Amino acid sequence: MSQPQPASAPLAPLHAPLEISFDYTRSLGPTLSEFVTALAGRRILGAKASDGRVHAPPFEYDPVTGAPPAELVEVGPAGIIVSWTWTDRPMDGQPLDHPFGWALIRLDGADTALLHAVDAGSAEHMRTGLRVRPRWAAERSRSGITDIACFEPEPPAEPAEPRPPQPPAGPAKPAEPAGPAEPVTMITTPVRLSYDHTVSPGESSYLLALAQGRLIGQRCPACGKVYLPPRGACPVDGVPTQDEVELPDTGIVTTFCVVNVPFTGQRVPTPYVAASVLIDGADIAIQHLILGCPPAEVRMGMRVRAVWKPREEWAIGAHNIDHFEPTGAPDAPYDSFAHHL
Amino acid sequence: MTDVAVIGFAQAPNQRHSPATTNGVEMLVPIFGEVFAATGLTKDDVGFWCSGSSDYLAGRAFSFVSAVDAIGAFPPVMESHVEMDGAWALYEAWLKILTGEAEIALAYGFGKSSAGHLRRVLALQLDPYLVAPLWPDSVSIAALQARLGIEAGLWSESEMAEVAARSRVSAITNSHALVAGQTSVGELLDQPYVADPLRAHDCAPVTDGAAVVILAGGERAWELCPRPAWITGFEHRIDSASLGARDLTQAPSAASAGAAAGAGRAQVAELHAPFTHQEIILRRALGLRDDTTISPSGGALCGNPMFAAGLARIGSAATEIITGRADVALGHATSGPALQQNLVCVMETRPGDTP
Repeated sequence: MSQPQPASAPLAPLHAPLEISFDYTRSLGPTLSEFVTALAGRRILGAKASDGRVHAPPFEYDPVTGAPPAELVEVGPAGIIVSWTWTDRPMDGQPLDHPFGWALIRLDGADTALLHAVDAGSAEHMRTGLRVRPRWAAERSRSGITDIACFEPEPPAEPAEPRPPQPPAGPAKPAEPAGPAEPVTMITTPVRLSYDHTVSPGESSYLLALAQGRLIGQRCPACGKVYLPPRGACPVDGVPTQDEVELPDTGIVTTFCVVNVPFTGQRVPTPYVAASVLIDGADIAIQHLILGCPPAEVRMGMRVRAVWKPREEWAIGAHNIDHFEPTGAPDAPYDSFAHHL
Repeated sequence: MTDVAVIGFAQAPNQRHSPATTNGVEMLVPIFGEVFAATGLTKDDVGFWCSGSSDYLAGRAFSFVSAVDAIGAFPPVMESHVEMDGAWALYEAWLKILTGEAEIALAYGFGKSSAGHLRRVLALQLDPYLVAPLWPDSVSIAALQARLGIEAGLWSESEMAEVAARSRVSAITNSHALVAGQTSVGELLDQPYVADPLRAHDCAPVTDGAAVVILAGGERAWELCPRPAWITGFEHRIDSASLGARDLTQAPSAASAGAAAGAGRAQVAELHAPFTHQEIILRRALGLRDDTTISPSGGALCGNPMFAAGLARIGSAATEIITGRADVALGHATSGPALQQNLVCVMETRPGDTP
């Protein structure tokens, strides 16, 4: 997430762009593996159902009997549009980056329709009944349905005219590899989504206070518990927590662990201590680092204080506190924090 | 078997851009307060809680767990969640009362549809192998469905515009609606296509919101509400996920759920139709009478908070009974692309209830 920005209205909550992405890796199973393997070889398969209808793309289980398809049969690759719409502004991830049509396409020999994009130039060229053919992806990515880049209108039948002179035949192109292709058993589907992420009014106060080097919590009007960071509603009572409470930057370690395992993105050399720190006056511990002493010396009840980053590095965010360090004061007795564990 | 009734309903204002977080707490706390005040209940009276929401919509993991803050869930409560519209959460809550595990149950749904790019996010509800990798958006898929019906002579662009115009007029008296007002079919048809043959008025607006419905069983319902909306039929069905393998001009799952629930008796039907042509499909599939009043709230076309709009249809239908405007009312919810999944809840008053 990039740096949050105060919204134009002074009391509006902070918000910031948030992009999340993940590559889903999916195993295909026998039917879709055969279908996707055929696509990589530029053939389209359908599945024959118990009622004799041919489904393209194929079903994995017969809609009537629930049985896997007995056989996959080659269909198309051309077909006709059975319904269509038009997209003026393509969105991220769609098959084409210029205006195109979506269509349900019934491939020759099939009884059901396949959804794909049609590169028709303009909506005027789209119509139900239009014959279209696949345009195969330039790269054979073995990625499944996107091995078909899109469909395109089939050119009109060749007029019965004498063929123009052909260029002299060059050396024969190498033949397509014969024999069964290596089966495709997995596909990877990247998912990327963009959001405008908003924090609650309480979290906004908390973040803006951090940018000034202060800690702000909120007190529940019903039970009196102080939440840091503020939660907006007391999870015990379900009522809004609106009373702000200024808190110190000192507290105690309630519980902790020593991190010895390196992982991607780790910022502190191992071993180090990650702890629950109960800020004095708060009822909920926050997670933070304990540095400034050997890990073996960290203990439950140890009193700590925040070590802030240099002021010029402060931003609107929790990272303004670099870590906590021991104050050297006597430990808090166990009974004083046992109910916060 | 225990009789179960809807005894309370509240909804957040339908907004194009709510300042709330995607975990729903800011939208839910006020409506929980509203429905508790109206019924005289407190959170401690609720024996079972169930929510409907989506992490893809929220753009964060376990957003429904954060939403539990709005309940005040300590000491721990019996709670569940569905990654579907809150109408399906209500179904689970209904079962909990029927099976004797709760006497009072509360279902809620929430969605901040504006946080992401809704029509793109909804591609993730499609077949993840052969369809979602193409990122077809929800409006384009609805457009493919609309054209099939138009070209089959089942409805026209003008009839679709009539649905939009009627909905907007109905919504004038619904203070929670996002879209409302007088308009004419001619005016609407003058607008450009957003996805041929759909115009903006054919598509529900991107809406943020939340809804809550409270159910009570047996005598408790009467104690809490003088005229409970007794549930006499509650059914849901699913059609094939394969868009090209089913007849998109029909909704067999709605027809089957409606027949089983007794949809034909409804005087009022609140239909969750996010697109105008889908209301036409639903009216026919449910076998509604010619004189059945359709979506007096304005329906989803005037406010469609994802994961709450279906529950709000049931709550709005129940309100028709609770306030005495109807004796038999139907609430419908849909989920998935092109009316793939449909839920029907028929509610009635009873002899002896306050007229």
